[in-house]
Formats: sequence, structure tokens, C-alpha cells
Amino acid sequence: MSTDNNIDKELCLVVKQAAAEGTPLRLHGGDTKSFYGRASDGQPLDLRGHSGIVNYEPSELVITARAGTLLVDLESSLAEQGQMLGFEPPHLGAGATLGGTIACGLSGPRRPYAGAARDFVLGVRIINGRGELLRFGGQVMKNVAGYDISRLSVGALGTLGAIVEVSLKVLPVPVREATMRFAMPADQAIRQMNEWAGQPIPISGTCHHDGVLYVRVSGSAAGVDAAIARLDGEMVDEGAALWHGIREHSHAFFADDQPQWRISVPQAAAPLSLDGDWLIEWGGAQRWLKTEAPADVIREQTEAAGGHATLFRGGDRTQEVFHPLRPLLFNLHRNLKDAFDPQRIFNPGRLYRYL
Amino acid sequence: MAQTAEPTPAAGDREALGRALRSLLPDDAVLDHPEELRPYECDGLSAYRKLPLVVVLPETVEQVQEVMRYCAGQRIPVVARGAGTGLSGGALPLENGVLMSLAKFNRILDIDLLNRAARVQPGVRNLAISEAVSASGFYYAPDPSSQIACSIGGNVAENAGGLHCLKYGLTVHNILKLQVVTVEGDLVTIGSDGLDAPGYDLLALMTGSEGMLGIIVEITVRLLPKPMSAKLIMASFDDVEKAGDAVGNIIATGIIPGGLEMMDNLATRATEDFVHAGYDTNAAAILFCELDGTPEEVDADLVRVNEVLEQSGCTDIRIAKDEQQRQLFWSGRKAAFPAAGRLSPDYYCIDGTIPRKKIGYVLTRIAEMGREYGLRIANVFHAGDGNLHPLILYDGNKPGEFERTEELGGKILELSVEVGGTITGEHGVGVEKINQMCVQFESTELTQFHALKHAFDPHSLLNPGKAVPTLSRCAEFGAMHVHKGELKFPHLERF
Ligand SMILES: Cc1cc2nc3c(=O)[nH]c(=O)nc-3n(C[C@H](O)[C@H](O)[C@H](O)COP(=O)(O)OP(=O)(O)OC[C@H]3O[C@@H](n4cnc5c(N)ncnc54)[C@H](O)[C@@H]3O)c2cc1C
Repeated sequence: MSTDNNIDKELCLVVKQAAAEGTPLRLHGGDTKSFYGRASDGQPLDLRGHSGIVNYEPSELVITARAGTLLVDLESSLAEQGQMLGFEPPHLGAGATLGGTIACGLSGPRRPYAGAARDFVLGVRIINGRGELLRFGGQVMKNVAGYDISRLSVGALGTLGAIVEVSLKVLPVPVREATMRFAMPADQAIRQMNEWAGQPIPISGTCHHDGVLYVRVSGSAAGVDAAIARLDGEMVDEGAALWHGIREHSHAFFADDQPQWRISVPQAAAPLSLDGDWLIEWGGAQRWLKTEAPADVIREQTEAAGGHATLFRGGDRTQEVFHPLRPLLFNLHRNLKDAFDPQRIFNPGRLYRYL
Repeated sequence: MAQTAEPTPAAGDREALGRALRSLLPDDAVLDHPEELRPYECDGLSAYRKLPLVVVLPETVEQVQEVMRYCAGQRIPVVARGAGTGLSGGALPLENGVLMSLAKFNRILDIDLLNRAARVQPGVRNLAISEAVSASGFYYAPDPSSQIACSIGGNVAENAGGLHCLKYGLTVHNILKLQVVTVEGDLVTIGSDGLDAPGYDLLALMTGSEGMLGIIVEITVRLLPKPMSAKLIMASFDDVEKAGDAVGNIIATGIIPGGLEMMDNLATRATEDFVHAGYDTNAAAILFCELDGTPEEVDADLVRVNEVLEQSGCTDIRIAKDEQQRQLFWSGRKAAFPAAGRLSPDYYCIDGTIPRKKIGYVLTRIAEMGREYGLRIANVFHAGDGNLHPLILYDGNKPGEFERTEELGGKILELSVEVGGTITGEHGVGVEKINQMCVQFESTELTQFHALKHAFDPHSLLNPGKAVPTLSRCAEFGAMHVHKGELKFPHLERF
């Protein structure tokens, strides 16, 4: 259970001192996602000591918690009230914290239908590279005062600041869920997922693997029953376990030592002709590829399909693991890094080599 | 941080700049006669007016780039303008700057129904997108009340919301990709045709940045399938606080309505006179609750919401009997601002957002404050999101009345911050709420905003002076506050 512990003052002091000395810091929570991003060294700064739910009022659909709060604790508090995190964050390990989840910005199967981590973030407190504790956004649904630094922090892998508190919009747990399966090849599945997504059907998850398309529908009892009748697939009994496996990468597909790539392309993009094993999610927008193919070949093909490729797990993590940015875009990234972390102490090189 | 002072331009500057810009653009794309400039002197916040030096109306991305290159080289500030419906003075010109209208960028470039995306130019009207895909069963979800007029570029720059954003999100949730011309005239792609892009989330950062980080020249928006069924319930309450509580009670059931809006009695009477929708003009407040989804879902939710409304003490419930009546009921809500305009020579729209549970309390406080200032206030707002729109009715011809209105507006925003909310939910800070930014943010936070701006625009040429106050301005505002209404430096220009 996460204890209620506010150590933001201490954290600010550590950051200030590191900035003064130019000491790089490796920000971390439960280290469940330390495999993600580039290899990066620094004096460890553990954010788990800064924990606890600060505010949760179910009828406001908002929860605010400190970064070190365990994701399991946060989710069980929500579940007690019949609510959940709409982006179904992957924990990828028992010790996942809220801060690490938001810094990595990963989202689960519900992403294309309900939104990504960034879509649910309403506000953050961060410590910038000067050791200043700053608050952006808030706990209300709509807020356009100032630049959207809250969402900018999502997926920045801690390179812009240490996230110390997050406010999230939450959703009611659907009354009913059901999963169906359909035997079909990948190209047909991609078309089918997108045709269905273009109709008012309460789809909440899609996955194609090994010649089978799985579709999850969620909503009110009446809405789900109607969707089942409409899609008319073969019912899958162990649906919850299937989606859990995909979300947590405990599905057999991910048990492999080969480099694992995350290919992000327009949802309806035709299958890529890269050799390897594929698992397609998110209506086609997120495709997992296990392959030994060279990075430049993968990137070239993905780019040609209008997307970007991430070396998600394994492979050479001293090279760029995220898709290289065009020079103009990279300059903006570098300028932003300097604006938040002028001494470049936070997770140097974790996102891109020169950030 | 760098903030350009605004010396009054010499007449020669205008001519010289006009000439220089004509060498880059077609003749008719450059306006520099004062009478041609008039239509551009303000946005929807017409209390603030300024003539720009020159207006340009480029029609190609290359022309936008040329203008930016030239202006960056000469250190001339540039203000972008969409349809000019903004309510915070975001598109207010600078006297020493160029106003760039994106009005000629009015084409829908591509519609991809399988990917459910449309690529459009920034000057396309919000509603035109939904109209273009309606026959195929799709729509673009964010629907500001100004949707017949406002541009999608302006929507991105303000992160506009609408009647249905409680369930379907704001602009930031409904766009995929932008083409942006930087202050130096370079073209960058932000976001992607997929669901994410590598690196920092610049798409979110650009959204709501009020024209201060770049000129948006193309937008790829997400399209949604139209819900199969939508039903609208209208509930009357004899007490504003009860209506406010009903909002929270509905959300607590686990149902997320497609829209959840509220109007108080003054707003209801004004709109009823305007659209004759058959509203209950005796109610202290009416709540609009739209339920959408599959017909089965909607029917089930309707029963549940009815129960909750009754338990919350509503005095009357009406359900739109068909699509035509549903549209009619909504039409009054959408026309609430112009309707309020008929109650009074002028009105001033406030945009604070508060936690839902404070709606009743804040509305009561606002009514008290209105009485204190001797000004009438109509309330019509996005209740489901806690986004208030008090409309202060005033007469700009009565000496001092606008100043009192502005002061009252400021007080209401400060109340929003006090109860845990924000000074702007969707209209942006612009020039209007710049003082209240000092209330909402600490100086370290404002300094971080300036540093971020600097990362995109080192010489502060894009819409300078808007949205984020300088620290010295805040110091001055703080001093004014201390002296309660007695303006300390009455000779200093306040905006
Ligand atoms: C009657 C009425 C009702 C309204 N209802 C709503 C509502 O329900 N919800 C809501 O959110 N708003 C509402 N508004 C406010 C307004 O319509 C929105 O803010 C809208 O998004 C502004 O769009 P515009 O094209 O008119 O932008 P403008 O007013 O022209 O500009 C707004 C800002 O965007 C910048 N900008 C414009 N185009 C670009 C571009 N291409 N690149 C970079 N920057 C650019 C400008 O510099 C300025 O800062 C309402 C306004 C009125 C008058």
C-alpha cells in the first residue's frame, strides 16, 4: 500500500544541488520500465518516497496522486468506486508507479477508442531543472490558461522535469464487456477493424495475431448485447485474461529474446512487408514486430507507411531507439530541453542521444 | 523576457511595409489603407481595438513562409487571425505589427473515411467539416457555439470546446497532425497520421497556444461516426443549487452524457424570446442532458437519468420528441450569447472552469457579486465540465460601466481560482485575462512559460504580449490589488 508521504521539498533540494554540480540524475519509480528508452546513466533519484492519493472525488471524475503512488493502489481505489483509468496503462511489472506511467506515456488496448495517457492528464506538478516546483493545468476538465505543459510532460521520459504529482480524468467501469473472435488474415482484419470503428459500435479493444482477430466491446448491458448481435463473432470466454496479457506483455507473443519493435502507423495502413512475427493492436495503429531486421530498413518502411518505429525492447540501446527526428523538429526539442533543464541533468540521452 | 514595446508607427512605416510585402504577395493580398484595416481591428472582444500596420491574406503555405521570413528578418511582430470570433482578444492586432489572416486557406484537402481523418486548411469553418462528411455518417466532434463562423485553425489555437466535449473531448483530443510555419518561416510537421508521434507531444503544446508558437497552416482532424441515437432531456429546477447538484448526481451514476448544459432564468427568458423553443421560463435553471449511443443504451440511460433528476428535485422534465425538436431545444442554447445581446446594449462573457461540486456555491456568489456591482448576470454554460459562462450585461455608453464590468469579471475569475478552478476553460487568455494569470500562476511558472515561448520564438515576434504576463506586469497588478480599486498608475496603459 502506498503511504501518504510528501517529500517534494527534499526532492527540490536534491535537484537544485545536482543542477549546481552538473550531476546527471536517473529518475525512477519501480524500475518496471527501465528497459524502455535509451541506456542512460546518472545518480538514481527514487521518486517512490513521494506517494499517496492527494484527492479523489468520484463524482468529479478526477483523481490526484503523487508520482510514487503504486499504480495497483491507485487502480484499486478507483475500482472501489466503480471507476478506472480510461487508457488502461500497462504496468509491465508489480512496482509500477503513477509517475513512471505518465513519464513513459504508454497506453493499453482501450487507447484508440477512449484515448491515450495524455488525453486523461488534467494537470501535473513537476520539478524543473532549476529545482523549482511548478504546477500546471489543474483538476478541472477544461483549462487553457498557459501552455499545456501537463500533456507535454507525458511520454517525455522525465527529460523535461521530474513529475511529482498528476491529476487524471477517470472513467466509470463499463457495466459489461465481451470479447469475440474472427478467423481472418491480417490485411482483412485491418480493413474490418477500421470499418467497424467507423460505425457507432462500442468497441474497446482490437487485436490480430496468428490469423485471428479479437474484438472487445464494452458499455451498458443493452449496448453490449446489441454489439454482440451485430458483430456476430465467436464468443471468447477468457476475454479478460487475453486483454490483460496484451496490455501487460505477458501474452506468449512477447516471451521472446528477439528485438521487439513498436510500429505506429495510420490505423488502416496495409500490412508492412517486414519479415518477423506481428501482433497488431489498436485497430492497426500499434503493431508489434519481433525481428532481427536492421533498424534502418524497419524505419524506412514504417516511414513510407506514414508512421514511426520504436525499438521497444531488446536490441542495441546505445543507438537511437525512438524514430530519429527531422532536423527542424529536433531543434525544437533541444530548445525545449534547454528551457526546462538547462544543465541537462534529467535522464540525459534517455529519449534521444543529444537531449 | 523580451516583450516588444509598442511605439506608435509613423505613417511611412505602413507604406514601406506594405510595399515590401507586396513584393512577396499578390497585390490584393496586402491591405494597408486604414479603411481596409478597420475590419481587422478587433476580434469577438470588441472592447479592445487596434489597427495593425498592415494586413496580409496569404493563400499558399509558401506565401506564409515568405511573410514570416521577411518579418523575422525585420523583427516585425505577427498576429495570426482565423475568423476573429475569439473572445479574449487573442487576434487583437499590434499597432507595430502585421496581422496575418488565414481566411483564404478555406479548402478541405482530403477526407479519408477508412482512417476516419480529414486534412483541412486552417481557415475552414468548424461546421463545414461536419457538413462535408455528414452524408457518410461522420462528424467532427468539438462543436463550439460559434461553429458556423469560427475557423478550425482558431479552434486549435484556443483548444476550443463545445456542447459535446464532456464525452467526446476538446480540440486537443480530436486532432492528429499539424503543419506549422515557424517564426523563421520553416515548415514543420507535428503529430502524425497514426495515433502518436516520436519525441515530445508538440501536438498538445501547439493546441491552445494562442498563435504564440507558430502559424498553423494545415490540420488533420479525427472524424467520429455519428451516434445511432441521441435523446435530449430538459429538466427544470426551482433552485440553481439543486440544478448544480443534479449535474454531479448524473455523473455519479456512471453515465457520461453526450452533453450536459445549464441555463439560468435570465438566460432562459432571453433565449426563449429569441428562438421560441418552448423553454420553461419560470424555472430558476434548466438543465439539458443529451444521451447518445445505440438505441438500446440510450433508452436504458434515459430511465436512469430521469430517476436521478427527480431525486435531485427537478420540477419538470421534457424529452425532445423527435430530431426536429431536439435541434430546436439545442438551438436556444447555441444562440444564448446573441440572445443575451438583446437584453442589453453590451455583454461580457466570462470563461472560468470550476470543480463540478462547486457550481451551486459559485453561482450564488456570482449573483451576490452582480448585486454588489449593480450589474445583471445571465448564466449559460457547460455544466458537465464545470465550465461557466457568466454573461455580464452592461451599457458601454454609460461612463465607467465597462470598467466596472471588467473588474467584476476579474473578480469572478479569481473566485474560480479560489475554489480550485481556472481562469479560462476554452476562450483563452489573450489580452483579456492576462492580469488573472498572475493570480493563477507563481512567478516561477510564468518564467517557465516565457522560457518555453523563447524555445519557439526567441525574439518574441508571434503574438507578443498575449497570454502570459511579464513579471513586472504582475508586480504592478499585485500592487493595484493591494490598493483595492484605486488604480495606482492611472496613466499607464492597461493592455
Ligand atoms: C457567439 C460565440 C460563441 C462561442 N462559443 C464558443 C464555444 O462554445 N466554445 C469555445 O471554445 N469557444 C467559443 N467561442 C470563442 C471562439 O469562437 C473560439 O475561441 C474559436 O476557436 C476562435 O476561432 P477563430 O477562427 O475565430 O479564431 P480567432 O479569433 O481569429 O483567433 C483566435 C486565436 O487563435 C490564433 N490563431 C487563429 N488562427 C491561427 C492559425 N492558423 N495559426 C496560429 N494561430 C492562429 C489567433 O492569433 C488568436 O490568438 C465563441 C465565440 C462567440 C463569438
